[in-house]
Amino acid sequence: MAKNNNNNIFKASWTYDEAPESIDHIQIKEQYDLYIDGKFTKPIKGKYFDTINPSNGEKIANIAEASSEDVDKAVKAARKAFKGWAALSGKERGKYIFRIARLIQERAREFAVIESLDGGKPIRESRDIDIPLAANHFFYYAGWADKLEYAFPNRDPKPLGVVGQIIPWNFPLLMAAWKLAPALATGNTVVLKPAETTSLTALKLAEIIHESGIPKGVVNIVTGAGETGASIVNHSDVNKIAFTGSTGVGKYIQKATAGTNKKLTLELGGKGANIIFEDASIDQAVEGIVNAIFFNQGHVCCAGSRLFIQESVADLVIEKLKRRMETLIVGNPLDKNTDIGAINSKKQLKTIENYIKIGINEGGEIYQPECKFPTQGNWCAPTLFLNVSQSHRIVQEEIFGPVLAVQTFRTIDEVIEKANNTPYGLSAGVWTEKGSKIFHLTQKLNAGVIWGNTFNKFDATSPFGGYKESGFGREGGLHGLKPYVKFE
Amino acid sequence: MFPNLDKLPVYDNTGVNERVQRFCTRSIKKSSKTAGLKLALSMIDLTTLEGKDTKGKVQQLCYKAMHPHDSLKNIPTVAAICVYPSYVGVAKKALQGSNIQVASVATAFPSGQSALDVKLSDTKFAVDQGADEIDMVISRGEFLAGNYQFVFDEIAAVKEVCGKAHLKVILETGELDTLENVRKASEIAMYAGADFIKTSTGKIQPAATMPVTYVMLDAIKDFYLKTGKMIGMKPAGGISTSKIALQYLVMLNEVLGEKWMNNNYFRFGASSLANDVLMQLVKAETGVYQSINYFSKD
Repeated sequence: MAKNNNNNIFKASWTYDEAPESIDHIQIKEQYDLYIDGKFTKPIKGKYFDTINPSNGEKIANIAEASSEDVDKAVKAARKAFKGWAALSGKERGKYIFRIARLIQERAREFAVIESLDGGKPIRESRDIDIPLAANHFFYYAGWADKLEYAFPNRDPKPLGVVGQIIPWNFPLLMAAWKLAPALATGNTVVLKPAETTSLTALKLAEIIHESGIPKGVVNIVTGAGETGASIVNHSDVNKIAFTGSTGVGKYIQKATAGTNKKLTLELGGKGANIIFEDASIDQAVEGIVNAIFFNQGHVCCAGSRLFIQESVADLVIEKLKRRMETLIVGNPLDKNTDIGAINSKKQLKTIENYIKIGINEGGEIYQPECKFPTQGNWCAPTLFLNVSQSHRIVQEEIFGPVLAVQTFRTIDEVIEKANNTPYGLSAGVWTEKGSKIFHLTQKLNAGVIWGNTFNKFDATSPFGGYKESGFGREGGLHGLKPYVKFE
Repeated sequence: MFPNLDKLPVYDNTGVNERVQRFCTRSIKKSSKTAGLKLALSMIDLTTLEGKDTKGKVQQLCYKAMHPHDSLKNIPTVAAICVYPSYVGVAKKALQGSNIQVASVATAFPSGQSALDVKLSDTKFAVDQGADEIDMVISRGEFLAGNYQFVFDEIAAVKEVCGKAHLKVILETGELDTLENVRKASEIAMYAGADFIKTSTGKIQPAATMPVTYVMLDAIKDFYLKTGKMIGMKPAGGISTSKIALQYLVMLNEVLGEKWMNNNYFRFGASSLANDVLMQLVKAETGVYQSINYFSKD
């Protein structure tokens, strides 16, 4: 009789040779300047910072650090460009956006490689998810540019003006696309700041935007850390701030913009509940758990980081999950067979490791498969915490790493109560073969996105956003246009 | 022991397809590719199942089985050849002295539409002729009508007649309609005594598909956990290129793992796969693709 507690019974024997994506075809400059008013411009104070490859700790390039003076220059350029851009017909604006979308598609491989190189995500994801979705967002909103009067019938939508956009490091190009595409389609001009650890694809995007021939000043891309972001938020001539990032920074931005007449949308943290009922397709649910928490090393605001399993199938699901985790390949992000790449930064790795310590100290039962890590770089094994409760910190707080807190439940009402018992409200997943149960839960769960029998699926046509401390405003779909227009 | 069919897992098509897609994006290169190709070659049941089969055709196929490509060193032979009962004797003789098994289809293959005693005597004839393996078909009509006990009893009866010969049970998944039915049929076959479960006869489209094979591998996994008994898997029909074969092997590797990665527990039922694998092996050795005319067609 086979031992059920051995997670290695079905251990794979055939190891795949390295299959790294070639990096010969990509072009990365040694130094990147700010993209302001249609030109690559040196920062006024002449400061630069390093961007690091998280999988080996090596420096990739120098990135300009924008001071408040640079931000001011960018905002002025955007303001100057606004009148002409807003006056352009929707059809003409759409042409530029379509052009950007096509250029991304043409250079998709280069973007995918740079995204993995600079951010640490597996090439499988950047190639199959990030880059195609980014192009899709531009295509989708390009289509809306000349149809705004149909999006908002009889309301005469007008652009807001200069929009400040601050994006995170987990989906660098995709988040830039989510922010830029609807803003441009509706006739706004933009100052965008990528995260300091992942500036490269935004700067490559600046090259494409330049190539598209879009009027100068319509898109300005300034790089830097929190201070640069603060300069955008606090600039007096910005009409709207769109931010995706941590709830902590989101709260700061909301305070800073209070009483300023600046419009605001926030897409913040999450602690998504992934709920497995006994009548689910268990094997596919296990796959869904893996996608929910280990996708992009768990650096996903809508990650399913709290797992709820109905007690009657809990042992089975956990056993299958552990076995599945044994087959995950952690390593070089550029290898086509890698399932889990590098943690984005040393700082984030420390945060995750700290939470793992907290989890152990709180008495959670930890499980990690055996992983061979490369000697350099930031790595974290996929991690489960079993026997935890709503009172554990690792259940309450967003870890933003490959760490899953597992709880069990008995009844539907119980799991709804627990799933909603969080300051966040971004995502949730429900696994059951019973359709009516899915509809019942989608009504009761306070989350902006609820997936039925799947997880972490995105589409340009579908709105995305949160409740409670996960933020407000929607991105994607028709809903994504609204935060960028006003009605007079 | 008749299995409990009420508590079988359900499958979500979208989820299964997505999982299968993940196997297909694995990139198999260099020495792992060569190893995979050799493994695939060693797992082939070289098959001819045609009304126009003759003694000559079967003898040629047997020679091919023993000598897949003599200009390549260090390559395995195929696992078995698979013929109709009337050619088992011919094949047995032609393969003398090799380790290659002779598999024979039986039980009113491919439809299975006949009486039990006809099926049993069909099986007995093949076994008497020296077949090492019997590939039987289940009665899909009875299965779809819900007569699971009938299907179970039939398999058990054939198993008894098989004696020492290994029994592969063909579910003909192309006629079973749903993944749940595939799982149910797999369960019935394993509990009734199958040594292998096999997807298809090759006479019905679709033949083997990765989602169906995935569900059958999952069934084998659960059966092993419950009983400790290892059941083999044979996808058959439609696996004609090395690329597809390697994708199946990736799936086998990541679902059932090491113990199943050999021809005692996994087979490909195929007629044209061997030459494509050989072509890839030659490419790996010489760096160039040779014309198909350099590979014997038997």
